[in-house]
Amino acid sequence: MEKAKLQEYWKINLGYLIGLLVTWFVVSYGFGILLAEPLNAIRLGGFKLGFWFAQQGSIYVFVVLIFVYVALMNKLDKKFDVHED
Amino acid sequence: MSVQVWTYLIVGLTFAIYIGIAIWAKAGSTKEFYVAGAGVSPIMNGMATAADWMSAASFISMAGLISFMGYDGSVYLMGWTGGYVLLALLLAPYLRKFGKFTVPDFVGDRYYSNTARTVAVISALFVSFTYVAGQMRGVGVVFSRFLEVDINTGIVLGMGIVFFYAVLGGMKGITYTQVAQYWVLIFAYMVPAIFLSIMIAGNAIPQLGFGGTGSDGVYLLDKLDNLHKELGFAPYTTGAKPMIDVFAITLALMVGTAGLPHVIVRFFTVPKVRDARISAGWALIFIALLYTTAPAIATFARLNLINTVSNQAYAELPGWFKKWEKTGLLAWMDKNGDGKIQYLGKKANGGDPFEGKKPEFTKEIGKSGELLMSNKPTDNANELFIDKDIMVLANPEIGRLPNWVIALVAAGGLAAALSTAAGLLLVISTSISHDLIKKQINPNISESAELMYARIAVGVAILVAGYFGINPPGFVAEVVAFAFGLAAASFFPIIILGIFSKRMNKEGAISGMITGLVFTAAYIVYFKFMNPAMNKPEFWFLGISPEGIGTIGMLVNFAVSFVVSRITPAPPEEIQELVDSLRYPKGAGEASAH
Repeated sequence: MEKAKLQEYWKINLGYLIGLLVTWFVVSYGFGILLAEPLNAIRLGGFKLGFWFAQQGSIYVFVVLIFVYVALMNKLDKKFDVHED
Repeated sequence: MSVQVWTYLIVGLTFAIYIGIAIWAKAGSTKEFYVAGAGVSPIMNGMATAADWMSAASFISMAGLISFMGYDGSVYLMGWTGGYVLLALLLAPYLRKFGKFTVPDFVGDRYYSNTARTVAVISALFVSFTYVAGQMRGVGVVFSRFLEVDINTGIVLGMGIVFFYAVLGGMKGITYTQVAQYWVLIFAYMVPAIFLSIMIAGNAIPQLGFGGTGSDGVYLLDKLDNLHKELGFAPYTTGAKPMIDVFAITLALMVGTAGLPHVIVRFFTVPKVRDARISAGWALIFIALLYTTAPAIATFARLNLINTVSNQAYAELPGWFKKWEKTGLLAWMDKNGDGKIQYLGKKANGGDPFEGKKPEFTKEIGKSGELLMSNKPTDNANELFIDKDIMVLANPEIGRLPNWVIALVAAGGLAAALSTAAGLLLVISTSISHDLIKKQINPNISESAELMYARIAVGVAILVAGYFGINPPGFVAEVVAFAFGLAAASFFPIIILGIFSKRMNKEGAISGMITGLVFTAAYIVYFKFMNPAMNKPEFWFLGISPEGIGTIGMLVNFAVSFVVSRITPAPPEEIQELVDSLRYPKGAGEASAH
C-alpha cells in the first residue's frame, strides 16, 4: 500500500480513537468520579445519577463504544481497501 | 434431595463436561497449543475471554466487597470493565496483526532486543503466578464450604481437572472448556440474583430492581443510605474514599487489565484483525452481564443483612446465620450481654468487634446459643463479624431458594476459579517453552520437542500453583494490587508506544519498563510489607494508595521512555516498516512463529 494513503487511513483511525476515548473518559472518570457529587443531585428513579454512572451507566457505554469502533473501522478498512479477504 | 447430593450431582456433571471437551480438543501442534490454531470464532473467544477474566474473586468476593464499600466499590466495576475499551481500540487488533504467540514475542521483536524480551518474560511469570495462587485457593474454599471436604483435598481435585485439560488440549482445550465454564458461572450468578430481585424489589431484572422501591414504597438505595447513617457507616451511595484515590485505583485497574498477559493472549486466537476488535466487544458484553448484576446483589444483600440481624435477638435468627457461623464467616460476641446483635459502624462507636482478623472459636456455647471466641473484645460497641464472601455464598439461603440453586452457586464458583487458573497456567507454560526455550536457549528445537516442553511446563506450573494454594503465602490479598500495578506500569505503556510511536526504540522501552516496574514495586513493598503502619492517606504520595500507584508507575514509564528514546538513535528501518504493517489489517493471515 502506498505511503500517503496509509497515512491518511491512520490519521482517520486516530481521529476515531480520540473521539471514542474522550467519551470513555467522560462517562467513567467524569460522570462517575469527578462530577459524581453534583450529578447526584439529579435522580434517575431510585438512583442518584453520579452513583448510577459509576455502577451501571459507564459499563453500558463501554460496550457501545467498542461496537461503534468496530463498525467505523470495518467501513474504513473497505474504503481504503485494507480489509482482509 | 439434600444440598450435598445436589452439589455432588451438579459439580460432577460440570466436571464430566470439561473432561469430555478436553478429549475432543486435543492439541496436535504448538500453534494449537499456544493459540488454539488461531481458529476460534469471535463470539466463542468473547465467552472464553469472559470466563478467563472473571475469577473466583469476581464471582465470590466482588459483590460482597461492593456491599461493604458502597459507592467506593465502583472502582472495581469500572476498573475491571473499562480496560476492554482500551484493549479493543488500542491493543488487540494490532497485536493480532503482529501474529505471534505471546506478549514477550511482541516486546522482543518490536524492540529488537532479547533484554527487553527477558524483562517481559519475568514480568509475565510474576504477574501470572501471583494470580494463579489465589485461584487455587478459591477452588479449595469452594470445595470445603459446599462439599465439606478438606481445603487441601479440594485443591488437589481442582489441580487434577485443570491438569487434564490444560496438558492435553493447551489453548484449544482451555478455550472450549472456558466457553462451557462461562455458561455455568453466569447461570449460577444470575439465578439467585433474579430470585432476590423479585423478592425484594418486585422486578425480575436486578439491574433495574436495585433502583426501585421495596414493598413499602421507599427507594431501596435511600433506605440503605438511612440505615447506614443510623448505624454509623459511611453513606452507601457516596462513599468515603478521597476522590483522587478512587480515580487512581480505577485507572490502575483499567490499564492493568489491558496489560495482563493472559487477557492479551486471548486475542491471538481469532482468525482475523477485525475478529480481534469485535471479540473484545463480545467479551465485554458477557462480562458486563455479571458486572452490572453485582452492584444489585450488593444492595439487596446489604439491606437483607442489616434488616435480618441489626438489633435482633440471636435466639430468633434464621437458620442460615448459625450454619455460616460454623464456617467462621460470621461471628457474634455479646459484649453487653443483652442477647441482641448490635451491628454498628465507626461513626456510632462501632468498628472491629474483636482483635485479630478471624474469629477463633473455643468450642464453648454462650448463653444465647452462640459460639464463643477466644479473641480479645475491642472497646467499641459493635458485636458482629462478617466476612465479605458471605454475601454471594449465603445469598441463596438468605433468600430461601431451593437446594439446587445452592449447588449451582458451588459449581459456578468452581467454574470461575478453574477457568482463570487454566488461562494463567497457559501463559506460564508458553513463557517457558516458547519465550525462553525456543526463542533464547535452543532456537533449533523441533516442533514436537517444543510441544512436549510446553506440556511439561504446564504440569510443573500446576504443581507449583497447587503448592501455593495449599500453603498460601500470608500476603495473597496484598499481591493482587501488585499484579495490576505491575501490568499497568510495565506492559501497557511499551505496547502502546510500540504501536503508536515509530520513533520508540529499545533504549526507551527498556528504561521505561524498568523504571515503571521499580517505582511501582518499591512503593507497594514499602507500604504493604516494610512499613504497614504508615499505610495511611497522610503518608501516601499525592494521597494515592498502593492499589492505585500503578497509575503513577504508568506515567513514569511513558515519560522515561519518551525522553530516553529522543536522545538515543532511532530504531532500524525494518522495525519502522514492521510498525507500518501493524497499522492496517490486510494480510494478517495465519498466526505464525516461524
